[in-house]
Amino acid sequence: MGMTITEKILAAHADLQEVHPGMLINARVDIALGNDITAPIAIEEFQKAGGKQVFDKDKVVLIPDHFTPNKDISSAQQCKFVREFAKSQILTHYYEGGEVGVEHALLPEKGIVLPGDLVIGADSHTCTYGALGAFATGVGSTDLAAAMLTGEVWFKVPESMKFVLFGKLNPWVSGKDLILYIIGKIGVDGALYKAMEITGETLASLGMADRMSMANMAIEAGAKNGIFACDDITRAYVKPRAKRPWTEYASDADAVYCETIEIDCSRIEPQVAFPHLPSNTKGISNVGNVRIDQAVIGSCTNGRIEDLRVAAQVLKGRKAASHVRLLIIPATPEVYRMAMDEGLMNVFMDANAIISPPTCGPCLGGHMGILAQGERAVATTNRNFVGRMGHPGSEVYLSNPAVAAASAVMGRLAGPDELK
Amino acid sequence: MKFQGKIWKFGDNIDTDAIIPARYLNTTDHAVLASHCMEDADPSFPEKVAAGDILVGGENFGCGSSREHAPIAIKAAGISCVIAKSFARIFYRNAFNMGLPIFESQELYDRIKEGETVTVDGDAGTITLAQGEVLRINPIPPFMQELIVDGGLMKHIMKKQAKTA
Repeated sequence: MGMTITEKILAAHADLQEVHPGMLINARVDIALGNDITAPIAIEEFQKAGGKQVFDKDKVVLIPDHFTPNKDISSAQQCKFVREFAKSQILTHYYEGGEVGVEHALLPEKGIVLPGDLVIGADSHTCTYGALGAFATGVGSTDLAAAMLTGEVWFKVPESMKFVLFGKLNPWVSGKDLILYIIGKIGVDGALYKAMEITGETLASLGMADRMSMANMAIEAGAKNGIFACDDITRAYVKPRAKRPWTEYASDADAVYCETIEIDCSRIEPQVAFPHLPSNTKGISNVGNVRIDQAVIGSCTNGRIEDLRVAAQVLKGRKAASHVRLLIIPATPEVYRMAMDEGLMNVFMDANAIISPPTCGPCLGGHMGILAQGERAVATTNRNFVGRMGHPGSEVYLSNPAVAAASAVMGRLAGPDELK
Repeated sequence: MKFQGKIWKFGDNIDTDAIIPARYLNTTDHAVLASHCMEDADPSFPEKVAAGDILVGGENFGCGSSREHAPIAIKAAGISCVIAKSFARIFYRNAFNMGLPIFESQELYDRIKEGETVTVDGDAGTITLAQGEVLRINPIPPFMQELIVDGGLMKHIMKKQAKTA
């Protein structure tokens, strides 16, 4: 019986010839990741268990990106605790200050995660790296502590769901719209405990930024991981970044899926997820008149240079409506610099945007753009739960960067085609 | 593993932002986290909840972020166990890893009202309602049982390491 790409990576990291859904395995991790919110608990657990040295200083990665630049004294204390641990362990991959970016944009960009890797991260959006052909999944702080100690983690091998994308993409439709559409179709627990394997002819027109947006939000359907097999687009991204060899895996023709879902991409228009679930989606032509107070373009879902280019294309020569606070958050220093070099920052400043340093910031209601009671934001982020970006009485509408930019200009939810 | 407690009932897709909003994640202090437990779903919950109470949810309980602050906040608020129709996977792992007892039951949710008292017997796999009716809970997989017996993942690992040493 054949295996899926997810099963092959898990088997290889558990030294098994084959694995099947439901099997409990102990697998070696290539990268174990934590941030300024989740690492403090992991470090405490690691130390309580008598941990002295992490299993591999090249493979434990700590990225303080959530409440940085330190938003308050408590956050500063947490970051200090993480910093001191990272320095004492001489971790190869610890970044802060002007070197830090949003973790799930930073790790692929720096070539820290490669195809075929098994990655765990104490952050639910760790599944982003599935875009590179890696098995990557979010865990909690205790799992991270165990991995820091032993280099291993336990898994139940998930069933795989196959998504076959076909058809030509419509104007302004990106990976973000496809994943919002899929979540709208299957629900926020539609892939619970499962691997979402994304395949099909449309992948040829989806670049790495699009694929990362899609894998990023697999968790929003309850999935364990989202995954794409490597192709020339992946290789072109990985090759200049990788500093070690990698292994490419692909599903066998006779691999077993619990479900196969075909998606006709030519029928999909830009999507908006209404409060308070990512599955609460509508096509942009059906959003009605929803006035917004804030637009956020950034995050591990949509803070890459491709996203900022699209936003700039929409914003060029235009201004945010006077009642809208438009926030642009380049996800990494490299994205920030490219945006400057390409002149995008001028476009944003001319549009009266606020340009934030790389941070998770408002996505999780941390800082840098919190909503008051009754306020509404359109955001290129990944969650629109109650209170996600601030007051429990505020609302978040999830979209792609083009829609967020157009909405900022119009002062209400709008697609770019509405702009004159 | 037996628990008797008063039920607090929440709906489907209770996310970790509802369990513990991110604005409180600048601390790992259990008492502080407990004092904000479920507050965006029910602002008076932290004051109303009492030691031993049981939290009941619908489908996909604990969806969203991987923050272990969520099961920590629930446990530190005094909740003895959580029973839901289903759990989001990271929350499910976290609860076993850090020692918050959780159980799956499709039936319970529609059979009880908030404020009623139930008795949960984790070993027998039963929930007994106030009027004496007995419901089955989904069996806990053997590996998860080991984690419970050992007192969480880190203690389980230390025990395994001590054995091989």
